Amino acid sequence: MSETVLKVDNLNMHYETSEGNVTAVKDVSFSINKGESFGLVGESGCGKTSVAMSLLQLQADNAKISSGSIILDGQDLVGLSENELRKVRWNGISIVFQGAMNAWNPVVKVGEQIREAIREHYPNNSKLENTEKIASLFEMVGLDRSTMDRFPHELSGGMKQRAVIALALSCDPKVVIADEPTTALDVVIQDQILKEIKKVQKLLGLSLIYISHDIAVIAEMTDNMAVMYAGRIVEKGPTDRIFSSPKHAYTRLLLESTPSVVGEKKKLRSLDGEPPSLINYVEGCTFSPRCPDPTDECKNGTVPMGLIEVEPGHFADQCCVNCK
Amino acid sequence: MVSKNLIEVTNLEKYFEISSGMFGRNKATVKAVDGISFSIPFGESLGLVGQSGCGKTTTARALSLLDPKTSGDVNFFNQETNSMQSIDDLDDVELKKFRRNIQMIFQDPYESLNPRWTIKDIILEPLNIHNIGELKDREEAVVEILKTVGLTPPENYLPRYPHELSGGQRQRVSIARTLIMKPKFVICDEPTSMLDVSIRISIMDLMLNLARDLEVSYLYITHDLAVARYMCNRIAVMFNGKIVEIAETEELLKNPIHPYTKRLISSIPVPDPSYDRVVYDLDYEELDSIIAKDDKNIGMVDVGNEHFVATHDVKGLL
Repeated sequence: MSETVLKVDNLNMHYETSEGNVTAVKDVSFSINKGESFGLVGESGCGKTSVAMSLLQLQADNAKISSGSIILDGQDLVGLSENELRKVRWNGISIVFQGAMNAWNPVVKVGEQIREAIREHYPNNSKLENTEKIASLFEMVGLDRSTMDRFPHELSGGMKQRAVIALALSCDPKVVIADEPTTALDVVIQDQILKEIKKVQKLLGLSLIYISHDIAVIAEMTDNMAVMYAGRIVEKGPTDRIFSSPKHAYTRLLLESTPSVVGEKKKLRSLDGEPPSLINYVEGCTFSPRCPDPTDECKNGTVPMGLIEVEPGHFADQCCVNCK
Repeated sequence: MVSKNLIEVTNLEKYFEISSGMFGRNKATVKAVDGISFSIPFGESLGLVGQSGCGKTTTARALSLLDPKTSGDVNFFNQETNSMQSIDDLDDVELKKFRRNIQMIFQDPYESLNPRWTIKDIILEPLNIHNIGELKDREEAVVEILKTVGLTPPENYLPRYPHELSGGQRQRVSIARTLIMKPKFVICDEPTSMLDVSIRISIMDLMLNLARDLEVSYLYITHDLAVARYMCNRIAVMFNGKIVEIAETEELLKNPIHPYTKRLISSIPVPDPSYDRVVYDLDYEELDSIIAKDDKNIGMVDVGNEHFVATHDVKGLL
């Protein structure tokens, strides 16, 4: 039995705004084993990135975690002080942000920027040790070791993103969060970066949280996945089961709206309407206004909600499972 | 019936002079679009697919006369004379008329709409510029076009500003602004790549329906072959300023020949976890045998089924 590295339990997070509380993450629970890759998929604004930010406790000032726990290796990250969190960040969990390649400091060599992170976590390492470490990280992500002496503007987008992955790996994290790491890249480069992430993950036995709106990328990258809608997980389980037998209406529509270059050309279905406003959260099924086939119970909000197990390890929101 | 071509492009070139060094003494030429040819029949769509920087957008800008082309012929079907006419021969009045017929939809609906104008003003502007109809007719046309693109009821949208709309709604406004001129040819530069997956399909369906109902032809620029497959009758694959392969959509996907096309197709993630995608290893054997067929050095070889493959040397470039 593989060990659980990260366990998120009933996480609730909201943003306090002048118009009311925005419930960005609602009762989210999942756990990740060592060496597993876990996908988080959904539309923009569904709370994917809010979950990632909560894991690292990097959320904006007006964000409040109202309940729940995030347990990394037996330690609850919720409620830790800033000093204690500094040790966990990068060392326990690191993150590759969307468009992170544009976040390099333009006047500092990339190698030096990685050295900064390593020095913070391993103050006793010698300079030479760190240089060797950076060089081996660069080689691991498919960059020449001389790249560490280059400035960001000398690198292409794909090279910068590779260097960001090297940075994320620099302090031997247990969990790496990849938040849309390839959305700003070209298809061919995206493909190379995805391969690199997969290779490194296997090599180091990392646990990976892969966040994307692109369900095709999730299909390729992850063992298990969760589909988020309006701040809640509406379906989770093994990736191949969710693709072959989706239970939630939203998951089905996501799958049917994704074009592919292989197989027969099929008519795609569009998902009309918009996700609900998350200000002043309403109980009941938040997907019912867009659901192709809602029942009266769904619409008047009396339908029972919450994940139930539909087959071993595969959970879906009971409102939709019972709908059918 | 042989379908008539709406637009024929022959050997289009767009070069940029760049200078570097002290006082710009080192001059060089970037061949952004390097001799491409294609034609689009009435009511059909051509997908222009390739990596960023391959010259897709430069092609679009040259065709829509936003940037002057360096050389090459662009011929457009003139309905009044019922014949093909080169855009180089147009005088000022004809040019203005030509511009009505050729419109563009841009990638970013957040940046291509004026934030200080209401939706009504935005859609009305092209009619005002081209001085079409009376003011009352123009306003009716705006209401009509909003209905066509699915922004109903139109009264709700007319007085609003772009920031009040979602990304999908804004792109619908862009499409409305484009179509109000009743163009015959619309150049779409990645119109759905900024949109969410769920909205993407409804915008693509809208564009397909409009193409059918209004007989519009598209030049559809995208880096995503899966999207191009959904939208286009034919696909041209562009690399380094040149078209390397052009064929009917399904033919191109089932039977790619050029190593770059194969690499591109095999790089696209497949939404099926059980599908084992193997990325194509560059192999020039097939290309070499095709290059050998091009004994007159035309640059393109027809391999059957209207499927053309470029024969210029790409070794070392890919």
